[in-house]
Amino acid sequence: MPRRVAIIATGQTKHAARRLDVTIAELITEAVTRALEDADLTLRDIDAVLLGNMEPFEGFLFPELWAVEAWGGYLKPSVKFNTGGTVGTTTAIAAYYYVASGIYDTVMAIGFQKQSEGHTQTAITTVGDPIWERSVMAGAIGNFAVMATTYMHESGVTEEQAAKAAVKARRNACLNEYAHLQMPDITVEDVLKSEMLAYPVKRLDMCPQSDGAVAVIFAEESKAVRLAPRPAWIAAVATAHEQQYMGDSPKRLAEMRSLIAASRRAYQYAGITNPRRELDVAEIYEVASFAELAMYENLGFCAKGEGGKLIDAGVTELTGELPVNPSGGVMSTNPIGATALIRVAEAALQIMGKAGRRQVEGARTALATGYGGNAWTDVIILTREKP
Amino acid sequence: MRRVAILGAAQTTFEAQKASLAYNELVYGVVRELLDRTGVSMREIESMVTASQDAYDGKTISGMAINEVVGAYLKSEAKVAADGLQALLYGVARILSGEFDLTLVVAHCKESEGDPSAITGLMFDPFVQRPLGLDENVAAALQARRYCWRRGLAPEDVALVSVKAHRQGLKNPYAQRKGEFTVADVLASPLVVDPIHELEAAPRSDGACALLLGSEERARAFTEHPVFIVGIGNCTDAYWTERDVADARALEEAARRAYAMAGIREPAREIDVVEISARYAHEELMAIEALGLHPSPVDLIAEGRAEFITPSGGPLCGNPPTVSGLVRAVEAYWQLSGEAGAHQIEGARTAVAHGAGGICGQNQTVVILRRE
Repeated sequence: MPRRVAIIATGQTKHAARRLDVTIAELITEAVTRALEDADLTLRDIDAVLLGNMEPFEGFLFPELWAVEAWGGYLKPSVKFNTGGTVGTTTAIAAYYYVASGIYDTVMAIGFQKQSEGHTQTAITTVGDPIWERSVMAGAIGNFAVMATTYMHESGVTEEQAAKAAVKARRNACLNEYAHLQMPDITVEDVLKSEMLAYPVKRLDMCPQSDGAVAVIFAEESKAVRLAPRPAWIAAVATAHEQQYMGDSPKRLAEMRSLIAASRRAYQYAGITNPRRELDVAEIYEVASFAELAMYENLGFCAKGEGGKLIDAGVTELTGELPVNPSGGVMSTNPIGATALIRVAEAALQIMGKAGRRQVEGARTALATGYGGNAWTDVIILTREKP
Repeated sequence: MRRVAILGAAQTTFEAQKASLAYNELVYGVVRELLDRTGVSMREIESMVTASQDAYDGKTISGMAINEVVGAYLKSEAKVAADGLQALLYGVARILSGEFDLTLVVAHCKESEGDPSAITGLMFDPFVQRPLGLDENVAAALQARRYCWRRGLAPEDVALVSVKAHRQGLKNPYAQRKGEFTVADVLASPLVVDPIHELEAAPRSDGACALLLGSEERARAFTEHPVFIVGIGNCTDAYWTERDVADARALEEAARRAYAMAGIREPAREIDVVEISARYAHEELMAIEALGLHPSPVDLIAEGRAEFITPSGGPLCGNPPTVSGLVRAVEAYWQLSGEAGAHQIEGARTAVAHGAGGICGQNQTVVILRRE
């Protein structure tokens, strides 16, 4: 039986398209300072620091070592992860294992990215195999467009239904002081009329590129109980990878094998049999409007092909039966190295009752996911009760 | 608390350019060999930790290219963008957590596919230092100057490390660069960056290695004399221009933690074999001091008493960055399991593997292995 592990503090920056007021290092400090203040801790209380970042986007090698003063790493154990969109949850899961192992009692996980100082889509193009895929790859959007059309074909989901997810995200973001895209007046019509990027994906269907950082502090049981009035306990973590080549998983949104595998493993671990009823809130890595609907289906929130109906019925609205992304999600805020860890931080805020105007009242069980690379998935379940 | 053992290890030969193998083929080969050596099926392995760097692979999410060949389809893999010994540390944590019984740890790098100077230049701060055209060699040269000045070492003293390493390499079938060189040969080799000569710097290298970690229970089913990981330590130093680079504070601290965990009080007496990840000859001297093995490393080598230090020859015989720390664990494990071959240290029971990453070794890892 692993040691019990809980999240005891979180800190986020104000996320924005261009944080011209800070360097990458200062951006990290902003998040770290807030996380330490959240639990009234100092750097002395942190045993080790794990970092997540996609350094090719800004053209770095070991950016965390250059920025070591920003996160107080001097003479501390540290390591950086790099797994694409999932990197934030990769880092959170590593923090969980390191604390559960007994090697460290308190671990700070940090995610950061300053996309305004790099060229993300160029770097994303090099995700493709240099011989077979790269010459026909052009960043993330074309990739999602292929997935979205297949999914529309398989499930009958419409562009209007996808647009509703995009509207929900930007409206929820207005309740989140850290969110990047806050659009209180956005309508389905606005999304449908926004610039076509690659059919059927329009500008407002996509996530933005953001500058931002997040820090989340994990602690073993006795420290967690002492330091946090209401810790968010880790009830389950799971990771599942897809195959490397796009051609090996042709129906990637319709059949999200990695999401199904990881979520079912996590549900089983946490003793969840009916996720729609037993989860109180979900913070999912939805990348684009169409993906959110497909993820509803593959997370088991509804039957196959019912993702569109679920959004039509308002089930995932902040006031619905299972609110999804009260924070505004990835479609509102996307500093890639931090994005998945922001999902974990937001899920923890919900359990801790610190989510402010986006709080889901009485949230006791929360789900967070990470998604990246060639459709691979991390799933984390947080609970108010000790697991 | 659970204990973690090494169940098996494999490495490729190291070569200046493995032109016929893509990264995933390189990794496939070494993982296949590990599975064959251990007799463990991929079906039994649920957890993988890999180490690689996007900048060297010229590929964003370098780990993605090898997910299938490490058996990660629908399973739990994570990639550290750090030295390979850091992947081993995370693998240890995964098993100690109780959630996994087996974890595959893999590192790969093909330095031949890029320009190492341009790549290591990306480690420097983008505002002030990067525009100067600095790279790993320049920083190491400044460190070598400072360290030699402080210790009063002559060029001939540092060259001894290279002589010893390449002589050891003759006994290591995986080594890339090896030979009977003299101090004069080393000092006559071209300067990389003054005062570092070509034979005092790790050559450009391609290769990979893999280890299988297991719980104590799994290890007992494997062998009567399991090799356990009994101490781990990691430590981060200040950025290179914010510290005296002749100090090895992070390594001293990483070693202190690992020794404390392993119950080692007198490292010089209790450790039978050490594998140091020195990409430059002077770093080997710094590490011997920082690991508490001898206060005067040059004397130790000059007197021929340093055979237990990096018997494989180390990175000077060719191990790329990222891979070099994990190869040290492979070599240390083979020393304890008695599989080291011609460079076997007889009767070795306790071994140290060392890894480093960042400019002038900004992040340091120490792992202690012990055969029961």
